[in-house]
Amino acid sequence: MNVDLFLFYAFATLAIGSALLVVSLKNIARALFLFFVVLFAMAGLYLFALADFVAITQIMVYVGGVLILLLFAFMLSNKELLNDLQQTTGSLFSLPTWKVLPLILFFLGIMIYGIIEWQQSTPAWMTTAIQNNTVIKSTDNNIHQLGIKFMTQYVLPFEVISIFLMMALIGASHLSRKDLQK
Amino acid sequence: MITLTHFLVVSAFIFCIGLYAVLAKKNAIMILVGIELMINAAILNFVAFGKYDKINYGGQIFALFAIVLAAAAVAVGLAIILNVYRYYKTVNPDQIRELKD
Repeated sequence: MNVDLFLFYAFATLAIGSALLVVSLKNIARALFLFFVVLFAMAGLYLFALADFVAITQIMVYVGGVLILLLFAFMLSNKELLNDLQQTTGSLFSLPTWKVLPLILFFLGIMIYGIIEWQQSTPAWMTTAIQNNTVIKSTDNNIHQLGIKFMTQYVLPFEVISIFLMMALIGASHLSRKDLQK
Repeated sequence: MITLTHFLVVSAFIFCIGLYAVLAKKNAIMILVGIELMINAAILNFVAFGKYDKINYGGQIFALFAIVLAAAAVAVGLAIILNVYRYYKTVNPDQIRELKD
C-alpha cells in the first residue's frame, strides 16, 4: 500500500467519522467545533484531487468565515440549548431517528448502486481527456491557470457572483440590525 | 492509485450524513451545518471530476463558485435565524407556526 492511498483513507475516515460525530452529539458547541475537523479533512481530500486553490479557499472561507458565523449565531441563541431535547412530531422535518435512518440508508444504497453502475461506462469526454493527455497533473501550476480562466473565459459569471455576494452581505447586515426603521 | 470511485463513495457518505442532519435535527443551526455538509460533498464531486478537464478547468472554477454561494447562503440564513430567535425566542423550526393557515 503506497503512501498517498493510505493518506487518502486517513482523511476519508477522519471526515466521515467526525461528520457522524457532528450529527450525533447532543452538545451543539462540541458539534460545531468538530465541524472544524470535517472541513479540514475535506480540504485535505480536495488536495488529493489536485485542487490546491480550492482547498485553501475552503479553509479560508469555511473555517475563517462560515464557522465563526455559526459559532456566533449559536452563542447568541444560547438559551434554546436546554430545549433541544423536547420531542416534536408531525411535520416534514425533524423526524425521529428511527424514521430517518432507513431513509438515509436507502438513499446511500441508491447512490452506491449508481456509482457501481456508472463505473461500467466511463463518459466519452473523460476517455478523450485521458487519451489526449489533458488531465491535470501534480506538476501543473493550477493557481496561475485558474487566474487566467477567471479573467478571460469565466469573467461574466465571476462578475455576477461578485455582485451577488455583495447583495447577500448587505442584505444580511440589514436583516441583523438591532432596530429596523419603520 | 486513487481512482474517481474513491472520491464518489466518500462524497456519497458525507452527503447522506448531511441529509440526516437536515431531516432529523431540531435546531436550525444544525440544519445549516447539514446543508454545509451536503454542499461540501457536492464540491468534492466537482473537484474530483474537474481533474479530467484541463482545458476549461470547469470543475475547480465551479467548486469555487459553489463555496462563494454557500458562504452567502450561510450569512443570510444566520441573519434570518437570529431575527427569528429575537421574535419567537426559539430556533426550533417546528415552533415557528404563526404563518400557518
